Amino acid sequence: MTHVLELQGITKRFPGVIANDQVSIALREGKILALLGENGAGKTTLMNILYGLYKPDEGQILVRGKAVDIQDPNDAIKNGIGMVHQHFMLVPVMTVTENVMLGVEPTKNGVFLDQAKVARRIREISDQYGLEVDPFAYIKDLPVGIQQRVEIIKVLYRQADILILDEPTAVLTPQEVDGLFKILQTLIEKGKSIIFITHKLKEVMHAADDITVIRLGKVVGSIDPKDATPEKLATMMVGRDVNLVVDKKPAQPKEAALVVDDLFVRDENENPAVRGVSFEVRKGEVLGVAGVQGNGQTELVYALTGLLPVEEGKIQLLGQPIHNANPRTILERGVSHVPEDRQRHGLILSFPIHDNLMLCTYYKSPFARGVVLQEKAIFSNAEELVEQYDVRTPNIYVNVGTLSGGNQQKVIIARELSRPTELLIAAQPTRGLDVGSIEYIHKQIIKKRDDGAGVMVVSSELDEILALSDRIAVMYKGRIMEILDAKKASKEYLGLLMAGIHPSETSNPQQEINL
Amino acid sequence: MTNSTVAHKSASEKRKQIAYGLTLLVVGFLIYLFFGRNTEAGVVTTFGLNLAGSQALKIPDLVVPAQTTVYMMMALVVFVGAYQLARGVRSTGLLLGILAFAFIFAFLTWAAQAKSFNLAGMLSSMLVRATPIALAALCGVISERSAVINIGAEGIMLISAQVAVVVGTLTKNLYAGLLAAILIGGVVAALHAFLVIRFKVDQIVSGVAINIFGAGITSFISSRFLQSGTNTLNNSGTFPIISIPILSKIPVLGPMLFENNIVVYLMVLVVVAMHIVLFYTPWGLRTRAVGEHPKAADTLGVNVYLIRYVNVIIGGLIAGLGGAYFTIGSVGRFDETMTAGKGFIGLAAMIFGKWNPFGAFASSMLFGFADSLQVKLQILRISIPSEFLLMAPYIVTMIVLTGIIGRAIPPAADGQPYEK
Repeated sequence: MTHVLELQGITKRFPGVIANDQVSIALREGKILALLGENGAGKTTLMNILYGLYKPDEGQILVRGKAVDIQDPNDAIKNGIGMVHQHFMLVPVMTVTENVMLGVEPTKNGVFLDQAKVARRIREISDQYGLEVDPFAYIKDLPVGIQQRVEIIKVLYRQADILILDEPTAVLTPQEVDGLFKILQTLIEKGKSIIFITHKLKEVMHAADDITVIRLGKVVGSIDPKDATPEKLATMMVGRDVNLVVDKKPAQPKEAALVVDDLFVRDENENPAVRGVSFEVRKGEVLGVAGVQGNGQTELVYALTGLLPVEEGKIQLLGQPIHNANPRTILERGVSHVPEDRQRHGLILSFPIHDNLMLCTYYKSPFARGVVLQEKAIFSNAEELVEQYDVRTPNIYVNVGTLSGGNQQKVIIARELSRPTELLIAAQPTRGLDVGSIEYIHKQIIKKRDDGAGVMVVSSELDEILALSDRIAVMYKGRIMEILDAKKASKEYLGLLMAGIHPSETSNPQQEINL
Repeated sequence: MTNSTVAHKSASEKRKQIAYGLTLLVVGFLIYLFFGRNTEAGVVTTFGLNLAGSQALKIPDLVVPAQTTVYMMMALVVFVGAYQLARGVRSTGLLLGILAFAFIFAFLTWAAQAKSFNLAGMLSSMLVRATPIALAALCGVISERSAVINIGAEGIMLISAQVAVVVGTLTKNLYAGLLAAILIGGVVAALHAFLVIRFKVDQIVSGVAINIFGAGITSFISSRFLQSGTNTLNNSGTFPIISIPILSKIPVLGPMLFENNIVVYLMVLVVVAMHIVLFYTPWGLRTRAVGEHPKAADTLGVNVYLIRYVNVIIGGLIAGLGGAYFTIGSVGRFDETMTAGKGFIGLAAMIFGKWNPFGAFASSMLFGFADSLQVKLQILRISIPSEFLLMAPYIVTMIVLTGIIGRAIPPAADGQPYEK
């Protein structure tokens, strides 16, 4: 059996941590190897070594059986290795062509960029691999799924035959994920070999030919996808048995915590985003808001938490109007908010953990006395919450920005849930997180429900909606299609609602179908 | 269902439309108030279209009836304002262009009534006065396109101005002075690059340091060595005017564009060259990528640090050329703080020009216009104190920087040091 690529005994130490410890993996020609592991397990570090962005302390890299020295990305490219990064390496204000040619620009007369030649080559690659894209479109105008195609084209343009995809599905909608898997199959058929890094169990079983699991910088083992089950993989990844389904008792709904009545909200560009939404969230229940990203969920949450003005309609919290109140008033009335964009609205990345843990209440006792902050109280609060919410960090003084995504989210959860809460609004609470963190965060959300708070969970992951919700509202184009009992909801039914089709009306020929 | 889904102009667009319309109407009224009422009927204003000593073909001067012209300008502004209120005009640039043209033309007609105002002279000094501003702006453009802020253009220009005159005087060769000025600009910029790229010193702090250093060292050298009566170091003479055959014969445009010294021509050359390099060559593509998303460039094997060093140094060479303008390009001697904030106005021109070479050039011309207008008005002895007239270029700078006229978006990584 030929291995196009082998990593042997790779070790990489950072100050205080061993990111990779004697890691050995092998990629078979024309196959997809899935590298599975939790966030912070060292997958990305390993791939960055392979791509020449880091230098390993020990170990060697073999391409087609020959040891190669990879000092920088240029060496990797020369050896036929191409990488699609988790955070796309695309310049938004440039065209597809400009992004693809960057670094290896062909010229006319040795001086001027030959854009036409590159555009032609992009069209060829598009046709060959089924990667439809307009070479002269600007990146900033393209949806995320297409941007990813551009990344893949970039790699193919450099004639790579070993492709590394770092968490390629993290930012995609379910439909886009299906599209990506089709593309990967085409690539394999054309003789490329692929390493696919992920922490999502189902994808791995669906797409991979081989699975290698990494935990805490070490290879735990390899497994054939045919023998794998989600439970088995999760246990390998986390190192203990993981509950993939949240245990929860039936809800005990009481009086309404939140009542929203005919709400209209415009987005930041003044376009109507929420268009006449009414619902209520009762204490002791979880209302799941499902929908494909960009159907007004974000703006709905912003309006509820005071981040966007309400154009029309009413919002009541425990019978008190809170529409167009400022965020502090809303928080003080007992709303906890786990924001969708955790790095923009949830944390101040350049602040230490202890300061982030008191951002909502810094002006009040015990954190402040008059105008003076009380360090002792701030530190002990942080120590306590870090312990209680299992935030993995060297200490409470490091900047939040240095933590992994899962641990950043835990800091937010710790801050928001440690306050007295009447209503918890959690938007995409587990996006991009690994199974261990997801399990933990789901448990905390259900616990808050059982303590008697109203909970509203907004998510574009149907699995998450189904796992957490007692009732489910599906949003489409700024309106709620239907609110249904979670026990009666099926994935298929919700999927149709998310696509704007009301199952009882599908026979109606005038219904607009947007898939 | 409610009807709020019907597409209509968003509230902010509507507000903007009304605001611009009202502004135009108010300006129309101001034209009447200040200029229309104070212009006597039957008096003419003469706009000179010939420049003394120029090779351009002579053409008759433009003579207009003052009061009628002012009222026509007022009518134009009011009409456009009313149209804007009623229907809305797509291009705000067009609106503001009409507004500025009508206001300034009415103002000049009023100011020069019963007198003669040399329009050709003003236009030709506009380009000359825009030259150092444009060069400072271009220094900023090339640096910031690779994400290094360089506010040190003022300091660099002062140092270069002094070096140019001293070297020019000593060698009795103005081209040696010019070369020395350009090179010293590159050296000072290299120092800035080294501090902010290698040691990640705050780019603003380093730029301020260069400006203070430039002002200090040139003042010291000037008072210690250049003020002695003999003028053995500070008397270089200036570059001669080079007339371009045939083209310089064109009336009005000829003296403006084709009868200038080498510094002005080089400035125009730099504008064109920078545009070509930035948008049509691999180096430019890499520079823009490094300015927007250095990590992306790095993962494709582009050397981010090299690109930044080279671009900052090129910026310094350009600012050095700008420095040469002040001495060997115009008066032939160095005076303390003679750059008078042109380096900072250049930064404003860069922003107003949206970090594009031609944009920066066009906005420099705007500042150059304000500057040359101010000079000509002083000659006319109109009833506005000269101190106020002197403020004109700086007031234009402030208006521009408020962002009324379209917000400019800098390169995304501008000012941020890059760490692997």
